[in-house]
Amino acid sequence: MSESTGFFGRLKDKLGKTRTQLVDGVRRALGGGLGEEAFEEIEGVLIQADLGVDTTQSLIAFLRAAARLHHVGDTETLIGLLKEELARILEQGDHAATWDGGGGPHVTLIAGVNGSGKTTTAGKLAARLHREGKSVMLGAADTFRAAAAEQLTVWSERVGIPIVKHQEGADPAAVAFDATDAAVSRRVDCLLIDTAGRLHTKVNLMEEIRKIRRVVQKRIPSAPHEVLLVLDATTGQNGLQQARIFTEAIEVTGIVLTKLDGTAKGGIVVAIQQELGIPIKFIGVGESIDDLQPFNPREFIEALFSGG
Amino acid sequence: MFESLSQKLENAFKNLRGQGKLTEKNMKEGLQLIRMALLEADVNYKVVKQFIADVTEAADGQRVIDSIRPDQQIVKIVHDELVKIMGGSNAPLITAEKAPTIIMLVGLQGQGKTTTAGKLAVHLKKKGRKPLLVGADVYRPAAIRQLEVIAGQAGVESFSLGEHANPVDICVMSRGEAQMRGCDTIILDTAGRLHVDDAMMAEVRQIQKAVTPHEILFVANAMTGQDAVNSAKQFHDNLPLTGVILTQMDGDARGGAAISLIQITGCPIKFVGTGEKLEALDAFHPQRMADQILGMGDIVSLVEQAQEHLDQDKAIKFAEKARKAEFNLEDFLEQMQQVKKMGSITDLIKKIPGMSQMMGPGADINEDELKYVEAMIYSMTLQERRKPKIINGTRRRRIADGSGTSVPDVNRLLKDFEKSKKMMKFLLKGGKSKKMLRGMPSFPGAR
Repeated sequence: MSESTGFFGRLKDKLGKTRTQLVDGVRRALGGGLGEEAFEEIEGVLIQADLGVDTTQSLIAFLRAAARLHHVGDTETLIGLLKEELARILEQGDHAATWDGGGGPHVTLIAGVNGSGKTTTAGKLAARLHREGKSVMLGAADTFRAAAAEQLTVWSERVGIPIVKHQEGADPAAVAFDATDAAVSRRVDCLLIDTAGRLHTKVNLMEEIRKIRRVVQKRIPSAPHEVLLVLDATTGQNGLQQARIFTEAIEVTGIVLTKLDGTAKGGIVVAIQQELGIPIKFIGVGESIDDLQPFNPREFIEALFSGG
Repeated sequence: MFESLSQKLENAFKNLRGQGKLTEKNMKEGLQLIRMALLEADVNYKVVKQFIADVTEAADGQRVIDSIRPDQQIVKIVHDELVKIMGGSNAPLITAEKAPTIIMLVGLQGQGKTTTAGKLAVHLKKKGRKPLLVGADVYRPAAIRQLEVIAGQAGVESFSLGEHANPVDICVMSRGEAQMRGCDTIILDTAGRLHVDDAMMAEVRQIQKAVTPHEILFVANAMTGQDAVNSAKQFHDNLPLTGVILTQMDGDARGGAAISLIQITGCPIKFVGTGEKLEALDAFHPQRMADQILGMGDIVSLVEQAQEHLDQDKAIKFAEKARKAEFNLEDFLEQMQQVKKMGSITDLIKKIPGMSQMMGPGADINEDELKYVEAMIYSMTLQERRKPKIINGTRRRRIADGSGTSVPDVNRLLKDFEKSKKMMKFLLKGGKSKKMLRGMPSFPGAR
């Protein structure tokens, strides 16, 4: 396993390169002045960070207008404008999770497509909350994938918190209900419910997760207080569709962007924030238990422009 | 799969259509649309640049400008370029001259390696081979247990040394284990790893050196974005990859990563994962994939799948009946059960040309609803199934009660059935399908 130098450590290393990488690239392309090549270069950077054609084109259009308006003649100012605009987009909405259940347990539902990192996110989030002094419980509502409940059980043992689970193949909504019930009677602060990975295109599976949400709400009318969609940073343009359909089904309140410790930038979240207004709440930056961090728009933007 | 890219390209050509002759100017507009469509489909930025340059070069000159149907000719050029990129022909799995054949699966976390290992095992078992599934992921909690469960479902042997063993040791020892158990193929399920994690990349190199697998397959998700090129390049630089498996093709991702992966690794895509069931692994055919990208559907692999699962005699009988519009609800039930053997209806629909476009993006069949349809038919007498016309109000109520549905449900089933009967008759007689398809009734169970 890699020793975790941490995302921010690596980020700072990258930041050194950032300025030089992009700015030099743009400068090379235009040799001092601000020409068409500068915009093309920026387009390339944004597309390759997975922001998508629409978002990229609207950002480029914004930059062209701003450059004309403010008589921008150098690339550094231009990139500064771009970063400000991105920050304006990403700072909208409520990024901070409150963990306030209003007297009862605060319930979080964790959803996403297969392989996005839901179970790991549930484990890491539990560790984080536990460390903050909250009493935490896990609910293993992924009854489909072989050994998923065992994987979550390992996490519950690592953190030292209780877990509610049924047998493999059991009704996930029943697990969710039992977990919510147990959270109420044991008066825990936070309940994290892990669900099975499901492709948003599978109607019956989306119906299943709707039902999970319903039964949780049946037990605690104000719950779930948080519905997190876990999204793999390597996801391309399909991420927008995932967010759209999951939100239609279960009212997603925030995105957890995982696997940012590779080379993927996760730029699709910009489109998700812009089009659907869903804020990013956490980012996953490594494999160790502490590698789930609250989302920081400015740092994310710097990383978007960093090389490699 | 790829619907949206198909739609985009079709739209791009629609704009070309009706302009009479193709001018250099309007070709440029069309290519710009193709460029955007490819980028939206997650084909890598640099790959797209090259692709557009190639297509422009191929399309430039007399051939296109003088042609009568420029749109078709451009479709052909784009199609040929896509096929060229995706490789010439369908690439089979390598089999070692002397058993055991060793297949190693590698890739990032969450791509579906463990599930794919199970799918490969089922695929090989069907071909008469005896695979051994080897759990070498000692890092992800319960990954080995997951592989053991999958081996049980697949009905094949599995082997591991547990989560405290060294992955290299597990892989090396699997050889002797395979010999002892009479297994002719070893499938190594390695841990998911980041391409920038030097220690983990060193470990996978070590495994490769110790067991020298015949196949090293890079498992990647069809939803992957621009970063596909970076991870693929690192794995390619570290390991002698022999192929790619593209998973989660049953989502609605446009799957442009396929093109990037092939470009970067220089390896063919050997299989695609198309569903959650262990049977949902299809061979990859570049020609068909290009057809599919251009909206021509994947009819050939549908036929192949049908041949594998359907009872030929029954199918022929049904076709005859359908042509004469003689088929009844009994035949319909039988047909439904046959189709179910082929896997998810939703996946099948995606392979029928024009079908996914017709149903629109995000369209899906509710497989649960099919169960109700089945229940309703089961609640009918044999006579009713054979002559649906005799089902009057009283009978409808009885059928609804018997199947736990309502009278409107039964009404809808009977109405849809009559419509699809007419449609089938029409289609099988070779009518102008486009017109008919527009007015096509929903297949019972379709949303």
